[in-house]
Amino acid sequence: MNGVSFPNRSTTGVSTGSTTAEFCGHCGEPSDGGARPTSDVHRRCGERLAMEPPRYCAACRRRMKVQVTPLGWSAECSRHGVLVP
Amino acid sequence: MTIQANVATGDKANDAIIPGTKYEILETARRQVLEDGIGLTESQLVEVLELPDEALPAALQLSHEVRLRHCGEDVEVEGIISIKTGGCPEDCHFCSQSGLFDSPVRGVWLDIPELVKAAKETAATGATEFCIVAAVRGPDIKLMNQIKFAIDRINEAVDINIACSLGMLTQRQVDQLAEWGVHRYNHNLETARSYFPEVVTTHSYEERLDTCNMVKAAGMELCCGALIGMGESLEQRAELAAQLAALEPHEVPLNFLNPRPGTPLENQGIMDGKDALRAIAAFRLAMPRTVLRYAGGRELTLGDLGTREGLLGGINAVIVGNYLTTLGRPATADLNLLVELNMPIKELQKTL
Ligand code: SF4
Ligand SMILES: [Zn+2]
Ligand SMILES: [Zn+2]
Repeated sequence: MNGVSFPNRSTTGVSTGSTTAEFCGHCGEPSDGGARPTSDVHRRCGERLAMEPPRYCAACRRRMKVQVTPLGWSAECSRHGVLVP
Repeated sequence: MTIQANVATGDKANDAIIPGTKYEILETARRQVLEDGIGLTESQLVEVLELPDEALPAALQLSHEVRLRHCGEDVEVEGIISIKTGGCPEDCHFCSQSGLFDSPVRGVWLDIPELVKAAKETAATGATEFCIVAAVRGPDIKLMNQIKFAIDRINEAVDINIACSLGMLTQRQVDQLAEWGVHRYNHNLETARSYFPEVVTTHSYEERLDTCNMVKAAGMELCCGALIGMGESLEQRAELAAQLAALEPHEVPLNFLNPRPGTPLENQGIMDGKDALRAIAAFRLAMPRTVLRYAGGRELTLGDLGTREGLLGGINAVIVGNYLTTLGRPATADLNLLVELNMPIKELQKTL
């Protein structure tokens, strides 16, 4: 809850545009960071992230506390705060 | 000569699949299920599941007619929510919430204000059912107290039927839930008895049946579901439908495996969409009067087109929005589809 935000990081897959995504939100492996073409592995992860919330914090790779409700979800990293769609 | 013989055989095969051709099992089902209201037997269901792709539109059409005749045109809409996620001691091989697998799903409890908020949002979609789910073998006192508290807070805030899914129950817990006004209880068979040991080892099929039977005896509606696409055979799929039919559940939620990372079934392929549609038809023909609900995995297995075909092929209820750990189609996509298909949403008849 310390307020660090990662705008739209989760719903668009591993890439965060200009912000730093060190890790893939779906599989937790190091992200391609957007500098190189996205690897096939994480492209699948990106597709999956349209259908499920991220499980790993993109900044630190901690597993997040994820809560899914019928019309929304939230994912909380103990270090980096709460992420919502 | 050989070539001619082959050609002749080919023609014969083609004759059997031209459009409009009658399939005997569908003719039987029309009389037995549609007219007489008697579900198909296990061996008859195998025949439905083995129908060729060409017969699928006719099978779905018949299932749709059965649903309209025996259930009506209403569609029941439900939202589900996890009050306690992850860390389950059971080992259901498809489940990302088992604490025995290396799944990325972390244990977490939802607080009651969030739960009430979700109930309100769910009711606002037109849903009449709100199901509270916990990833447990069975409830302990702490969970039962939370559930009682949640039920009271939800009832104060919004008009919606409350269902629960809390694993295996004792008789005392069954009685308590019934007394608190839980009108429906979910406890799935998941798969056929003959396949169950391949999928779950920490409890038995009998234990599942015990809870289902206690729920019915206490006067709650039984919601007892299926999860298909776990590697079971067509015969086992038919077996499951017949075993569900024998329980006469009020509702059957039909799930299609969405292989979860870290679970023993993570590498199981996604079920073929046509097989899923055959299963929908078969389940409806096995249970003409049951609420047959689209549940998890349909987005992957069926996609948008398949979702529509299923609603025109025997399905008469949906889980709207997200599931417990994964996301569904946007609620509006399903609600708009119901409007387009001219299917009214079932209205709330609160039984208190
Ligand atoms: S009992 Fe329920 S939550 Fe627990 S592992 Fe089985 S399916 Fe998952
Ligand atoms: Zn990844
Ligand atoms: Zn973090």
